[in-house]
Amino acid sequence: MKIRKDHQRFRQIVKGKIRDDLRKFLTRGELLGREGKNLISIPVRGIDIPTFRYGDNSDAGVGTGDGKPGDTVDGEGDGIGPGGTQEGQHILEVEVSLDELADILGQELQLPRIQPRGKHRLTSERDRYSGIRQSGPESLRHFRRTFRRALRRQIMSGAYDPERPRIVFERRDKVYRSWKTVLSPQSNAVIVYMMDVSGSMGDEQKELVRLEAFWIDAWLRRNYQGIESRYIVHDVRAAEVDRETFYHLREDGGTRISSAFRCARELLDQHYPAQEWNVYLFHFSDGDNSSESDSRECCKILSEHLLPNCNMFGYCQVASAYGSGNFINVLHEHLSNQEDMITSRVNNKDDIYDSIKAFFSKGK
Amino acid sequence: MPTEPAKQIAEWAERIAEHARAEGLDFYDTLFEVLDYDQITQVAAYGGFPQRYPYWRFGMEYERLRKQHAYGLGKIYEMVINNDPCYAYLLSDNALVDTKTVIAHVYAHCDFFKNNVWFSRTNRRMMDEMANHATRIRRYVERYGIDEVERFIDTCQSLENLIDPHSPFMRRRPPRNAPRPDKREKPQVTRYPAKAYMDRYINPARRLAEEERKMREAAERSVGKAPASPQRDVMLFLLERAPLEDWQADILAIVREEAYYFAPQGQTKIMNEGWAVYWHSTIMTNYCLEASELITYCEHHAGTLATSPGRLNPYKLGVELLRDIERRWNTGRYGVEYDSCDNMEQRRKWGKDKELPGRVVGLGSPGRQKIFQVRRIYNDVTFLDEFLTPEFVEDQKLYHYRYDPASGRMVVVSRDFDRIKEQMLFMLTNHAQPYIYVLDGNYRNRGELYLGHRHVGVDLDIKFATETLKALQAVWGRPVHIHTVIDDAPMLFSYDGKQSTQQHVDDSIDQPANILDE
Repeated sequence: MKIRKDHQRFRQIVKGKIRDDLRKFLTRGELLGREGKNLISIPVRGIDIPTFRYGDNSDAGVGTGDGKPGDTVDGEGDGIGPGGTQEGQHILEVEVSLDELADILGQELQLPRIQPRGKHRLTSERDRYSGIRQSGPESLRHFRRTFRRALRRQIMSGAYDPERPRIVFERRDKVYRSWKTVLSPQSNAVIVYMMDVSGSMGDEQKELVRLEAFWIDAWLRRNYQGIESRYIVHDVRAAEVDRETFYHLREDGGTRISSAFRCARELLDQHYPAQEWNVYLFHFSDGDNSSESDSRECCKILSEHLLPNCNMFGYCQVASAYGSGNFINVLHEHLSNQEDMITSRVNNKDDIYDSIKAFFSKGK
Repeated sequence: MPTEPAKQIAEWAERIAEHARAEGLDFYDTLFEVLDYDQITQVAAYGGFPQRYPYWRFGMEYERLRKQHAYGLGKIYEMVINNDPCYAYLLSDNALVDTKTVIAHVYAHCDFFKNNVWFSRTNRRMMDEMANHATRIRRYVERYGIDEVERFIDTCQSLENLIDPHSPFMRRRPPRNAPRPDKREKPQVTRYPAKAYMDRYINPARRLAEEERKMREAAERSVGKAPASPQRDVMLFLLERAPLEDWQADILAIVREEAYYFAPQGQTKIMNEGWAVYWHSTIMTNYCLEASELITYCEHHAGTLATSPGRLNPYKLGVELLRDIERRWNTGRYGVEYDSCDNMEQRRKWGKDKELPGRVVGLGSPGRQKIFQVRRIYNDVTFLDEFLTPEFVEDQKLYHYRYDPASGRMVVVSRDFDRIKEQMLFMLTNHAQPYIYVLDGNYRNRGELYLGHRHVGVDLDIKFATETLKALQAVWGRPVHIHTVIDDAPMLFSYDGKQSTQQHVDDSIDQPANILDE
């Protein structure tokens, strides 16, 4: 059917391969994950061609059902409402598994090029039964195929009696499963997530960085086995925490980013020597460091210790109501020649996707 | 040779058609085609047609529908297109009872297409026309390349809603090659037909003179103006005046023609679906349902009519309102006497005495006659405006909701009839699209295009408006402007091909040739 071509073209636009001018009209809901039950609701991507239309102050409608004035309308107003009757935002919530979602996300991302390092090999060998052959151990005999061949032979030779069906195998009927050894990528990689949990990071900011960290985690775990993740939180002091704490901790206090970098450095030195491990560092902050001198200190640690020993350092800065958000500029200023450093800004949920893309589109 | 199920479907189609005709439905010949889910998804993505021009948007729609199907969120039971003969697609893995229901449903849609006045000017050979459009655009793709053609289609799609859905029914201006009216000639003033002795009351001399003066003034004002008066069909204006290549003009015309074709379906969604549900339920429950099918039928019928908070199901609303009308007209609950009765007790009992045994219900009853009339001359707006009653709103538990900035959620505001009705009419009027007019095609005598938005209480989305202006400029070539109201202040948004600007409208800004009267 002809629509395949249209569909292919649409996919290509979404992936950003053609028609870059349309990408700004991409619609996406939130990439929101519920961690618990491994189930998640995602929107379907769409492209919303601009038209003259009503704006925000038309958020009203008519619904049906019980409810007193003041009650919330669950399921958000859609139906026949402004924006409801027209085409456009085809946001449709569906339940998919986290793995599927990571795949959807991954259609546009490139996998980081994790290199073989260390004595634990990066790839693991796995045997996969994928073929058939004439000889093999009896334990691998493919019963159905063997049976079929025997049946066929008997029918051809006229020995088959439908009234008294009885199939007798012969040596030449027997076929066996055979296997192929496949190498599945297994990585000697560690990802260190560092998060600023200082007072200037509001709930909204924390929510954003947690979402982003969550998605990076989901995406990498989906694609590599045996990835290790370490989590560091910091305000003026840094500490390593477990995953649960990282996603749920609330803290207050000032910000000294260098503390996190120092903590990461210790962690790497102790457990993850660079010749054996692929190291990925991600740091999330609102960029409001306590002092210029500390920012310089950060750059120093980065350029002397962290960057030479890691595959990539991703810095993601969230917009914050307070604070200068100057750290990203400091990084650019001092470390602009470092190719392994990628920075991105996230102002709202829509940006998370672009940010992740920025981190992974180079396939580092 | 037709297969067994196909034969069965053909037989049922014939039988149901007979029942439908006996009940008074009147439809074009209907051709049924059975498709599997992937095929029907494709057809649905193409807006019901087997062929459309190559465009990614259909692919997008296809992906959405396919996912919807794959995750079990929705199923397309049928598609039917407004054409003579009518084409209808059935889903191949439907159970027989579903197929029967759907066939009955389809006949009602066909009847609606054929008889509802808002469809009267649509092209009944659209099937062929769509194929022609596809061929033409394919040819342009071959000649100019997919990127360029597609980009232009995108541009046209941005302007797709700038049409005048009422224009097929009236002549807003003289035909293009009509002789120029003589200036000395008296303008033709509307005279309502009246008997001679009533004429001076119905057509009072003062009104005639006043109107004549207005027309003369308007004629004088419109001299040398383009357009002569505010023009809603912006697409037509562009088609006639924008400096387009032939192929571009053709694509613009195609997009416009298809927009006009689909417009009545948007205007009558509630009625059309309500009508179809009314008839599938009438035909199925009276004639075609077998005992063993009852449960499945009920389940699917109920699924169609299911409501959820914050949503208005057009199927449900449509059929309930049609039934309400039928009931009211059967029991005489209409007219001045009923409307002016404010004794609720009396209203509730109204017409009870008419509900005698042996009273005609259904075929031949006054209620049935009334709804046939309704399906002929109303569209969703007039339908709700005329027939929505406080009793109905209460029965259906309708409420008005609004976005609450404090909680960030939609919140029930009230169950006040007037508010609900106003909101519903607002949502349906012009398909919830803003009213946009061409005010000047030669603004400031520099060939700039000046549009005006008739503000009805809701602002335009600024972000989208700015982007749409860019599309408009791509067609028009010269700078474009749109006059609108943002936060109660008149604003002018402009795009000159390089940058977007916005400014408050005050006396320093030149007036366009026409202004929208409030």
